[in-house]
Amino acid sequence: MADQRDDKGTNRPKLALHVPEPKYRPGDKVDYSHLNIPEAGEQSRPDEACEAKDTFALCNDLVRVLGDDNQAHGPWDPRLDADTLRQMLREMALVRAFDNRMYRAQRQGKTSFYMKCTGEEATSVCATHALAGDDMIFPSYRQQGCLIARGYELTEMINQIYSNKADKLKGRQLPIMYCSKRLNFFSISGNLATQLPQATGFAMASASKGDSRIAATWVGEGSTAEGDFHSALTFATVYNAPVIFNVINNQWAISSFSGFAGSERATFAARAIGYGMAGLRVDGNDPLAVFAAERWAADRARANAGPTLIEHFTYRAEGHSTSDDPSAYRSAEEREEWPLGDPIMRLARHLIALGEWSDEQQEDMDTELDAIVRKAMKEAEKNGILGHGLHHPFHTMFEDVFEELPWHLEEQAEQAIRERRIKFPGDPAE
Amino acid sequence: MNDMTTETAPAADAGETREMNMIEAINSALDIMLDRDDNVTLLGEDIGYFGGVFRCTAGLQEKYGKTRVFDTPISECGIIGVAVGMGAYGLRPVPEIQFADYIYPGLDQLISEAARLRYRSAAEFIAPMTVRSPFGGGIFGGQTHSQSPESIFTHVSGLKTVIPSTPYDAKGLLISCIEDNDPVIFFEPKRIYNGPFDGYYDKPAKSWKGFEAAQVPTDYYKIPLGKARTVREGDALTILAYGTMVHVVESVARDKGVNAEILDLRTLVPLDIEAIEASVEKTGRCLIVHEATRTSGFGSELSALVQERCFYHLEAPIERVTGFDTPYPHSLEWAYFPGPVRIGEAIDKLLEA
Repeated sequence: MADQRDDKGTNRPKLALHVPEPKYRPGDKVDYSHLNIPEAGEQSRPDEACEAKDTFALCNDLVRVLGDDNQAHGPWDPRLDADTLRQMLREMALVRAFDNRMYRAQRQGKTSFYMKCTGEEATSVCATHALAGDDMIFPSYRQQGCLIARGYELTEMINQIYSNKADKLKGRQLPIMYCSKRLNFFSISGNLATQLPQATGFAMASASKGDSRIAATWVGEGSTAEGDFHSALTFATVYNAPVIFNVINNQWAISSFSGFAGSERATFAARAIGYGMAGLRVDGNDPLAVFAAERWAADRARANAGPTLIEHFTYRAEGHSTSDDPSAYRSAEEREEWPLGDPIMRLARHLIALGEWSDEQQEDMDTELDAIVRKAMKEAEKNGILGHGLHHPFHTMFEDVFEELPWHLEEQAEQAIRERRIKFPGDPAE
Repeated sequence: MNDMTTETAPAADAGETREMNMIEAINSALDIMLDRDDNVTLLGEDIGYFGGVFRCTAGLQEKYGKTRVFDTPISECGIIGVAVGMGAYGLRPVPEIQFADYIYPGLDQLISEAARLRYRSAAEFIAPMTVRSPFGGGIFGGQTHSQSPESIFTHVSGLKTVIPSTPYDAKGLLISCIEDNDPVIFFEPKRIYNGPFDGYYDKPAKSWKGFEAAQVPTDYYKIPLGKARTVREGDALTILAYGTMVHVVESVARDKGVNAEILDLRTLVPLDIEAIEASVEKTGRCLIVHEATRTSGFGSELSALVQERCFYHLEAPIERVTGFDTPYPHSLEWAYFPGPVRIGEAIDKLLEA
């Protein structure tokens, strides 16, 4: 067959495949001076009902409120009272205490799996504070802070983590894949980004019924590569849906740095521009900025002014999960050198600077919260830990596949129960 | 280069062998194919620098460079879609989907595109890709890290589906898959990556150490697609299995003292129908075992084939032992798993019939 390229390409430059590479690998010295981190308070704050394009400059900026002086600055300062600030601080600290204990519980063999959100607490706790309690949350798997901010009982969370007989999800889900309809917290999926079109659909339904509830959803920056992300944003703009997309850019998706989701060319907030959607890029470790951005987007959605994409720029301080060892692929210095600090410390120092908190109170609170978590663990352990017999009855395994049990599942349930009698003769539990 | 095509254990003259677990055997197959064929290209989430969450691609990016072995965005539809395009150019892509449970966003590219490209272009374009993916349960992975979706793929015209059960088979089959000019789904039973699993979850896990099937030639060799392996010969009944379940049925038959003939199918499509017919004609009884859900599982196809082709040799109704028709539960994983009790009951039923 004749080559249709008459010059056989000889006069053309050679192409080269670009494969992204993170700046630092294990052992490397870390230097974050390339990150453009503006001073707190410098970012303008458009009206919530502005045109989407009036936010586009903010997609390439970084909304920051808390400055190095531990004071709140600029038009994005949400001017929260000290009680609200202390409450957010307490909830973030509770999330961290909970994470630390649950991580250890997994290591002690009490469950199969756990995921911490260390360093990212503000992106769930403070964002949830900016929503109304009946707004619907469509979380990803690192949003334990949303549940804790809505007052979910720790014992219930631990029952789920232990898959024990008191687990409201009946031991069916992987640990941390919570669900609470009562708290307007949608069932977590292990599959990525699937919650985004669902949040859009919920928001469309609320709008079509003339309701006032909005939807907020969370996704990691890595998962914005999934097709579902793009479907969700398209639908949200087409129908002007009252939905908030929180993209948690914590820099790492297991071992893949954010460059594998496109961060070498554009910010994640800037994804909004192509859709004609409002976009904000915020310092995710600044609790006040996170609250302010989420409240802005919520007010916008509630005013029928449309969806918002918020990129929370933060850092995953720990491994992806208990199955991951980040020392194999990234420099340990990254966490130490992270220039946006720690959200809990930043809010604590702000409260101290306001004369509303002290180091001593912080220490006492940490001790108290750890005791609260340990008490909840003890309580939950009475209902069993994973693999130690105290699980839901076998028949529950076959329930909820459908609303009504068809004949074949009834037969299979009988089979499972018969097998149990053979395996454990004389044991009455089924 | 040692071009052996034996389908049983390596012969004495097979060259150097080394004890490998299934992960190392898969790594060795990929290493050899990257070395032999410049068009072989590996892509997938976390497979590059990190070497894969199960370590199957460890060291390969360092050895072959970032344009031959690279990480991808988290987009299964993208991973499989670009593999179709790479194949159209002439590469031989080996995409990894981190867990089979995550393959669904890639189904349009697999089913509508890769599987039909040869047919719809009258073979002008082909999709010579091997999609590797860990599958199956038994690791407390919950419903999103435990599924066995093989029958979704066996149902699609134009896809081959291959499932190894030993390190030796994994390497030889994977090399055949990569050299194959059609799209292949290569499901790796993750429960037996590090050692065979006999179904007794409360006993300590075994490693592959000391198992004959873990003696893997360090060089190139192939196991042909479409050829089953006779795990053990017997005349009491035929047991058809693949992946993890091969080891479970082997231990159950041994413990029960049943003289079963066990066939490890290795390739579901194309299926070794001759081996199945010959065995069932000999034993007159057939048990089919898989971990996947029962309804429309691959066992249904096997059962239909045996009935159609061996009916007059059958001395008992065909039995199926499978996972239940529920999502894979977390806490009741071992109640779900088709373990020794379920298999034992079915064997008794078949032999008493």
